[in-house]
Amino acid sequence: MAQRIPITLTVNGMQHEVAVEPRRLLVDVLRNDLGLTGTHIGCEQGVCGTCTVLVNGESVRSCLLFAVQADGAEIMTVEGLSQGDTLHPLQEAFREAQGLQCGFCTPGMLLIAYELLSTNPAPSEAQIREAVSANLCRCTGYQGIIEAVQLAAARQAVTAAR
Amino acid sequence: MAVAQHTWIGKDIPRLEDPKLLTGRATYSDDVKLPGMLEVAVLLSPHAHARIARIDTSKAKALPGVVAVITGEDIVKHTNPLPRFCPEEVVEYALAVGKVRYAGEAVAAVAAVDRYRAEDAIGLIEVEYEPLPPVTDPFEAMKPEAPRVHENLPSNLVFEKTLSFGDVEGDFATADRVIRRRLRYHRASAQPLETAGAVCQYNPATGRMDVWSNTNMLNYVGWLLALTLKLPPSKLNLIPMHVGGSFGSKHILAKVIAIAGTLARLTGRPVKFMEDRVENLIACENLACDRYYDAELAVTNDGIFTALRIKVVDDYGAYFQLSHGTHGNALAQQTGPYRIRSLEYSVQCVLTNKCQQGVFRGAGSDAGNFCLERLVDAAAEELGIDRIEIRRRNFIQPEQFPYKTPAGNIYDSGNYPAVLDKALQMAGLDELRKLQEQARQQGRYIGIGLATAHQRSVYGPTEFWFWGAAPGLTSVPESVGISVGPTGDFTVTLFSPFWGNSPETVCAQVLAEEFGIDPSNVTIAYEGSMHGLPAAGPGGSRMTVMLTGAMVGAARKLKDKMARIAAHLLEASPEDIIFQEGRAVVRGVPEKSLSYADIGFKAYWFRLDLPPGMESGLEARHTYDHPYLTLPSPDRKDLGAFYPMMAHGAHIPVVEVNPETGQVTILRYVAVHDVGTIVNPKSLRGQIAGGITQGIGMALFEECVYDEQGQPLSSSFMSYLIPTAMEVPKFEIGHVETPSPFTEYGVKGGGEGGRMIAPAALASAVEDALRPLGVKVDEVPMTPERIVRWVEAARQSG
Repeated sequence: MAQRIPITLTVNGMQHEVAVEPRRLLVDVLRNDLGLTGTHIGCEQGVCGTCTVLVNGESVRSCLLFAVQADGAEIMTVEGLSQGDTLHPLQEAFREAQGLQCGFCTPGMLLIAYELLSTNPAPSEAQIREAVSANLCRCTGYQGIIEAVQLAAARQAVTAAR
Repeated sequence: MAVAQHTWIGKDIPRLEDPKLLTGRATYSDDVKLPGMLEVAVLLSPHAHARIARIDTSKAKALPGVVAVITGEDIVKHTNPLPRFCPEEVVEYALAVGKVRYAGEAVAAVAAVDRYRAEDAIGLIEVEYEPLPPVTDPFEAMKPEAPRVHENLPSNLVFEKTLSFGDVEGDFATADRVIRRRLRYHRASAQPLETAGAVCQYNPATGRMDVWSNTNMLNYVGWLLALTLKLPPSKLNLIPMHVGGSFGSKHILAKVIAIAGTLARLTGRPVKFMEDRVENLIACENLACDRYYDAELAVTNDGIFTALRIKVVDDYGAYFQLSHGTHGNALAQQTGPYRIRSLEYSVQCVLTNKCQQGVFRGAGSDAGNFCLERLVDAAAEELGIDRIEIRRRNFIQPEQFPYKTPAGNIYDSGNYPAVLDKALQMAGLDELRKLQEQARQQGRYIGIGLATAHQRSVYGPTEFWFWGAAPGLTSVPESVGISVGPTGDFTVTLFSPFWGNSPETVCAQVLAEEFGIDPSNVTIAYEGSMHGLPAAGPGGSRMTVMLTGAMVGAARKLKDKMARIAAHLLEASPEDIIFQEGRAVVRGVPEKSLSYADIGFKAYWFRLDLPPGMESGLEARHTYDHPYLTLPSPDRKDLGAFYPMMAHGAHIPVVEVNPETGQVTILRYVAVHDVGTIVNPKSLRGQIAGGITQGIGMALFEECVYDEQGQPLSSSFMSYLIPTAMEVPKFEIGHVETPSPFTEYGVKGGGEGGRMIAPAALASAVEDALRPLGVKVDEVPMTPERIVRWVEAARQSG
């Protein structure tokens, strides 16, 4: 068996120490070693964005990153969005605007949207489309996703103004 | 027919499915992890056509972490051929036996401690191939001298037949004009973001195989997979999973289940096989139709259509699992919304060295719509009649339903002029034409598209066999169970998996309507093949109709028992018990009522309070059969009713085409659909928008390209292009509701219309944009390369 490298990942605020083969992909560590199966695998070609997670706040295709490259990083997955039974406002907005159907691309879409709204709290429709176009959705035609991000942005603005 | 007022049907409630999906807590097949589980990688053939002279797996087997390696020799020993629905002897095993018939066909499979190790081992398998000449062009493949894809068959032309309805000869002989087009509808692929896969676990002590897979038809054709795996069907436990999209591509998934199942049996350990994206693109065995049409429409000088004649060659690839089903499908609505009195349809199904067909949203009727609507636009052009006007002159009128088509299928209901009117009104046609005129003066090419086309819903299984002489199956049911617990809470049990549509929400809304309860309080359970009632699952836009029917049937049985209990306890007559606002009430005596908890508690715990002879418990199950299916006539001059819930749509896209680069930009997209009574407007909107987006893919981008040697060139999402949020516009979606007289609540299916109509509408739009240049659009996808070529050709000939 190949040599394993010990690494430390902080995922959704919890620290994990794992030993991985150098070639092991971050997505496989998250899903198989840490049991965080909310992150899905779509293409392993770096195109569809289904496996998107945030690494140190930036969206990353976890199928294109070796886990050893993420050693010491803060990682956020879909499991880190909701608090107990309470959905994150983005998740609420996705539900209301039906920004999902089969749910397979949804975790990646949510994280792309989370990244967008944390850097640009009031994006235009064109900016939302551009951000969302990083990821593929095969079900919705994107309409509900765009509207969900708009809805979440509007609510975030109201909350911030209070 | 007026639309009835309902409390919950038609209301935009949030989907019940969503919270688990939004939080990453739905279990998809790849999320299943069992103790000791092995993972599979598969060796794919690099050749489109070759004899397998020798396979040496010894190095792979010797690799630490590898537990088993199997090839065609093993698969023949341990399995039967994969299920097929064609009478022709087109035999397929889960791994290639003796020769490979397409590039990407599975040759060997490895089970190892993880996928990494399994892929390492794949690289160590040595295969000696003797390449054979590949047949990749269906017209070449049909020639007697062509190399055979299957040596046991007399020809690669595996099936051909002409069906004729009405006086086709006479109608063409007396026509003022015949409109002719040769059309090409290329091969696409459903490409759900979740690939196909299965986890199988075999227990030799019980003889039972448990399967966690994203296959659809657990409780329909699931038993056929047991025959492939050489198991008694009662020992095959197919467990329903959340499915990350299918669009028709995951009906059976025999190959992944057979590979994982065989390895599970041989190793005695749980085994997971998930396709990777390359496999799903080149070897999923569920690619879409690949058709060449020669089509003729007989018309009068007034623009009245009288007869339609279609000759179609379909490139099926290397196998023929679903037979000519997609041509049966197309015959449900080949004459569209028009009063065309006769029809001739000739099909030639050809085997080539490519991955085989399955179905993809539309199931061949999308291509049929493209063919018919191209002819209608051509007729308008050649006769000098406006595209809108010529459609109006030929529409079946609202008072003509139920309408029997020349092929025999029945259209239940419709109001095509109203759908078109609404689409025109939403589009603002006069303004659009002004915009187009102004743009043309500036040298810009803006086009307005139009398609008025059908979306058949609720398939009947006769479509799979009426092309042949022998009779076939006639059952395509769906079932549900409803139980009321001792505290009055409702649980609905589904027997088909969640596929990305909204079965839980639909059932909850119907239940809420029937019992006056809050749909968000309904619990949903899924049952697989061990406890399943017959259920064919999502496909052919049937689920909303079939689940609604099954729910109403089960609710009726449940209410019957609840009414008898309530009547007994309230000293009333069961006929006088009504169900409203969460209570069983004596009609006209509102103070005499019981809550569902009162009834449930008695039903489970107080047998001596129940009417004499009644069983404990409170549950009802119902199997709903196809609501309107009739047999085809023995001479096949009348195919019978098989796809009668006929939804309809009018699409008006507006595009700008750059004739120099071939780029198409969609400026607007108006779509009005009539799917009968709407159950959940938002989820319907999602189906329509998502369907149109796939139709945009078909119209502009998506194509499974092969080179002359049969090498697949679209083996990644960088070469098989799926529309992103940048390629699709904001959709403007409208509805007309013409209830079906044949279904519960008047529901029709709405899952496929977007993809079935958009390619025709966009072809119409691009042709309209390039009209000043004289370009005719006869082919989809309209890639930039093709558009530039068409423009050049038109300029040279003009």
